[in-house]
Amino acid sequence: MAEPIIQIQHLNKTFGEGPTAVHALDDINLEIMAGEIFGIIGLSGAGKSTLVRCMNLLERPTAGTVLFNGQDITKLKTRELREARHAISMIFQSFNLLMQRTALDNICFPLELIGVKRAEAVKKARELLKIVGLEDKEKAYPAQMSGGQKQRVAIARALATDPKVLLCDEATSALDPNTTLSILALLQELNQKLGVTVVVITHQMNVIEEICHRVAILDGGVVAEQGAVADIFADPKTDIGRQLVYPNGVRIDKLPPAHVIRVAFNGGSSYEPLIASLAIDLGIKANILGADTRNIDGKAFGTMLLGLPESQAEAARAIEYIRSQPNVTVEEVPDHG
Amino acid sequence: MAEAISAFWTQYGDLLLVGLRDTLVMTFVSTFFAYVIGLPLGVLVNITQPHGIWPRKWVNRILGWIINVGRSLPFIILMIAVMGFTKLLVGTKIGVRGAIPPLVISAAPFIARMVETSLAEVDGGVVEAAQSMGASVPQVVTKVYLPEAKPSLILGASISLITILGYTAIAGAIGSGGLGDLAVRYGYQRYIPSMLWTTVILIIVLVQIIQTVFSWLSTKVDKRLR
Repeated sequence: MAEPIIQIQHLNKTFGEGPTAVHALDDINLEIMAGEIFGIIGLSGAGKSTLVRCMNLLERPTAGTVLFNGQDITKLKTRELREARHAISMIFQSFNLLMQRTALDNICFPLELIGVKRAEAVKKARELLKIVGLEDKEKAYPAQMSGGQKQRVAIARALATDPKVLLCDEATSALDPNTTLSILALLQELNQKLGVTVVVITHQMNVIEEICHRVAILDGGVVAEQGAVADIFADPKTDIGRQLVYPNGVRIDKLPPAHVIRVAFNGGSSYEPLIASLAIDLGIKANILGADTRNIDGKAFGTMLLGLPESQAEAARAIEYIRSQPNVTVEEVPDHG
Repeated sequence: MAEAISAFWTQYGDLLLVGLRDTLVMTFVSTFFAYVIGLPLGVLVNITQPHGIWPRKWVNRILGWIINVGRSLPFIILMIAVMGFTKLLVGTKIGVRGAIPPLVISAAPFIARMVETSLAEVDGGVVEAAQSMGASVPQVVTKVYLPEAKPSLILGASISLITILGYTAIAGAIGSGGLGDLAVRYGYQRYIPSMLWTTVILIIVLVQIIQTVFSWLSTKVDKRLR
């Protein structure tokens, strides 16, 4: 890692002209490193989809440059751009599979486009189906598959041309939380095994938390803040950052000055009474300051803000205890008073 | 009753069979050539529109205008208007051969609009996905638009066939032959109700067969319905 694979410099995108023009993106600067999983998060309308679509020029930027491997792709001719796109794959919220083709033929599609022989394409497609865990769905049509399966086929299709980058435009937004986790695990695995750089666009903070190394927060068409995921989660600097990191409606500056921690539940059993066991096992009384959790199929998702006792030692023990629980992450909320 | 039918068939049977054959030939041959022109035209109109995959403002406007002009002319007028051209092309203005050029000219713009509409039903996301994979314009047309729109195109073909079948009856009025011609000459001018109603029944049966077969085919090829 170290080499930037995508560099976005002074990128602007305006839709329309004159007084009705919408400035979707305003002077965006980003560097995405080869081999990392980079997240772009924002509320709807923040411009994140437009931004990712500028990375393969599905959307033409109004101004600025998009460098892929050091080459400005906005300057490429149509044919050269088509070739560059074989190295920058994309998956979508609505999967966008060809409805009249089987899973296998969907995966063969990008190979057909570059003239790979049928037998060779089928061989490659079968390997990919195996990687995404759908060997038995070779002959299934998209209409016969679940959302998660469709996205797996879409991922396999995106990987067929051995791309350097995989752009994921709200790829898990149409999926239930369990399926989301399994798709994220797959993306992580592909990132580790194949070394493919992954760019994840989402409005779901748990997606970023689950797999991303670095994150950029987009708000009103500008990058509000960016950095390592751990840093942003530990100490969001902007309003939008805090809004995304902390549970709904919690005003961080209104919290008591003592130890406040943020606990994120990533699909562990919701039948484990964390707060109660904290009190029984350690005798520590935690105060719930804010929570946004959901119980889906017996699994807990969401985040919670807990107020811990003033004592440094007790707080440390509580944090240690929570950290040892499966599928839970915890970090301290710094300097909020 | 049986005797009456038998007598009717002895008198008019051959005439009806020839009429039926002429109608079928005119309908299917004209539809075929109308698609040869209308299909590419419909594809072009779709892809050249402002948000299409190959935006060409003026090509789009000119094609749209040609199609609208073609569609606004009533068939019977168009048929007379292009008679000179028909004679030049097939060597006669009448009969089955003479009916085919005006039928094609009249149906092609109609088919172009049908094709355009069918392609518009294809999910834009799928087209975009193909573009994101580096598909060229011809590749998007042949590998995404046409295959994905296939069920709709087949249903469109049944509408085209039935419309052209209706036009052949009008062509009959100026001597093209076919069931329409029989209905006019025997049913109307000589006032033989049994002839009139027989042709009507034959045309109804034809329409039903075309619709049933194409609806079945459309459902059969559509992999979305599982």
